[in-house]
Amino acid sequence: MATAEDLTIKPTSQALLSDTAPARRQNLGQVIRWMLLFGGGVAMVMPLVYMISTSLKFPFEVYNLNLIPEEPTLENYQLVLGDIRFAWWFGNSILIATLTTVSNVFFDSLVGYTLCKFKFRGRYIVFIAILSTLMIPTEMLVIPWYLMSQQLGWLDTHWGIMFPGMMTAFGVFLMKQFFETVPDDFIEAARIDGLNEFQIWWSVAMPLVKPALAALAIFVFLGNWTAFIWPLIVTNSPEMYTLPVGLTTFSVEQQVEWELIMTGAAISTLPTLIVFLIFQRFIIRGVVMAGLKG
Amino acid sequence: MANLALRNLTKTYDKTQVLHGIDLAVEDGEFVVFVGPSGCGKSTTLRLIAGLEEVSGGEIEIDGRIVNNLEPKERNIAMVFQNYAIYPHMSVRKNIGFGLRTSGLPQAARTKRIDEVARILDMTDLLDRKPNQLSGGQRQRVAIGRAMVRNPAVFLFDEPLSNLDAQLRTQMRLEIKKLHQRVGNTIVFVTHDQVEAMTMADRIVIMKDGRIQQVGTPAQVYHKPANTFVAQFIGAPSMNMFEARVSAGQLTLANGSTLAAPVPLFGDRPVILGIRPDDLVAGGDAPLLEGRIEVLEPLGSETLAYVGVAGREVIAKASGRAPPAVGDSVSLSADPSNMHLFDAETGEALS
Repeated sequence: MATAEDLTIKPTSQALLSDTAPARRQNLGQVIRWMLLFGGGVAMVMPLVYMISTSLKFPFEVYNLNLIPEEPTLENYQLVLGDIRFAWWFGNSILIATLTTVSNVFFDSLVGYTLCKFKFRGRYIVFIAILSTLMIPTEMLVIPWYLMSQQLGWLDTHWGIMFPGMMTAFGVFLMKQFFETVPDDFIEAARIDGLNEFQIWWSVAMPLVKPALAALAIFVFLGNWTAFIWPLIVTNSPEMYTLPVGLTTFSVEQQVEWELIMTGAAISTLPTLIVFLIFQRFIIRGVVMAGLKG
Repeated sequence: MANLALRNLTKTYDKTQVLHGIDLAVEDGEFVVFVGPSGCGKSTTLRLIAGLEEVSGGEIEIDGRIVNNLEPKERNIAMVFQNYAIYPHMSVRKNIGFGLRTSGLPQAARTKRIDEVARILDMTDLLDRKPNQLSGGQRQRVAIGRAMVRNPAVFLFDEPLSNLDAQLRTQMRLEIKKLHQRVGNTIVFVTHDQVEAMTMADRIVIMKDGRIQQVGTPAQVYHKPANTFVAQFIGAPSMNMFEARVSAGQLTLANGSTLAAPVPLFGDRPVILGIRPDDLVAGGDAPLLEGRIEVLEPLGSETLAYVGVAGREVIAKASGRAPPAVGDSVSLSADPSNMHLFDAETGEALS
């Protein structure tokens, strides 16, 4: 039997290594590390699993914590997808998250590039000023935003939901740091090739920071897709709600309809998943260094 | 006709002056190499010519036009960078054609021009590749192709071979030289490697501390160095320098050896005597120096001998086939016509 042979061979070959104790200790360390990672993984995945599991349950089974529904059903999906309000919210969320993402990718990188590659007086102060806004919590900004929206007539409009997030200090910071990795040679070569500064930014610098743009796009999209407080405050009419705000209305009447909330949540993770799948290849692929050195 | 002229060119960063009046005229089709240690201002000069830095004083003329206030693209120049700076997200064809984007040429003419350049550089097969599929030498050729495609009045090369390994560097050196002979454009090439300078240049410009030390053909700077800096910078290993004294036409070295001064000099003054290792030979009728061999460096065709002479090291060249042994006593002599005399204070050549 081959297995019996394997068992007898292994100890002798290990004995030849003479220092088995450190090897065993290393193995133990490995096991502990894997267990910790496994524990972390389970903690991350469980809420998602429960979300999907609950979305497949009838109301009577919701407070039963079993993972596999006794009577699985797609009725919740039919209910949610058949609800016109859900279509509004989904549409609003898609529109707002997409436009905000496009705006951030464009303006954040434009400002980041300028702060990084142009040497002008006071640029450090401008950069610090932009960074310092990161330290102000959203909750503090909500009131001034609301008053602004009110005065400009943006309450209960898409524009009102979007405007605070059209450009972010975090994005500017991220892009500036990434543009630091673009060697000046590329930019100077393009300048000699006769491009104007805008063209250099657009057709030389931007393609070189694609991974950063992808990361920024994911962050911004997710941030706006899941944004709750501001959309809740600035919108009044149900047709202007975004998905997270809309989903809470399932719980305002006599009882919390968990199975519907979970169904809505499950559907709402789909776009984020798609966005991640689209952009992750840019993140993984490091393109910047390919044109440099040997 | 001077294709490129620099007149009293100066550059100041904040309060530090890095270029102190550069004057140079480069003829049409000439291959000029700027060489010097790092921080000597050679790259700054190139960047000023390219228009990547603003001139602090003086004039730059390209093709008969003062270009001081012109944008890089209006100067009719092209530049090859040390890091190649070819765009990783574009194919070789797009990289080469990039410089034509703003040329206003019709698409067919552009394609023709790119194909022509690719043919000259022998990279027609590589046109559809991306830079990350190319070797270091091929990338450098793409960078050269991108410069060539615009057919500029002046090519600027900023240490383009520094990132290549030794073998490839030698090969590219030759390729660039051949290319120059074929296309005949004016080239200004910056390097810190004196071998590159010697092998490629029609004329070498040796710089130090923001000043031109000497301009001349490789033979001139090697055989008639203008000062001790040039004498020691050009040629490997460096020229041996000895403190000496001249009086009544007699040259006396620190060790007491005397010989007739190779250059007629008046008065009684301290001088520096320079002798290249190639010119220091063992034996001879009137030995100049005596010492013991401390280290040998066999290089194949020749052997470098480090000879300890009165507490200092002198480098001499010996045969590669029958090298001496470490510990041998040698007496070294040199032909007076191969000696160089420099002023002890200013370091300028005395002739």
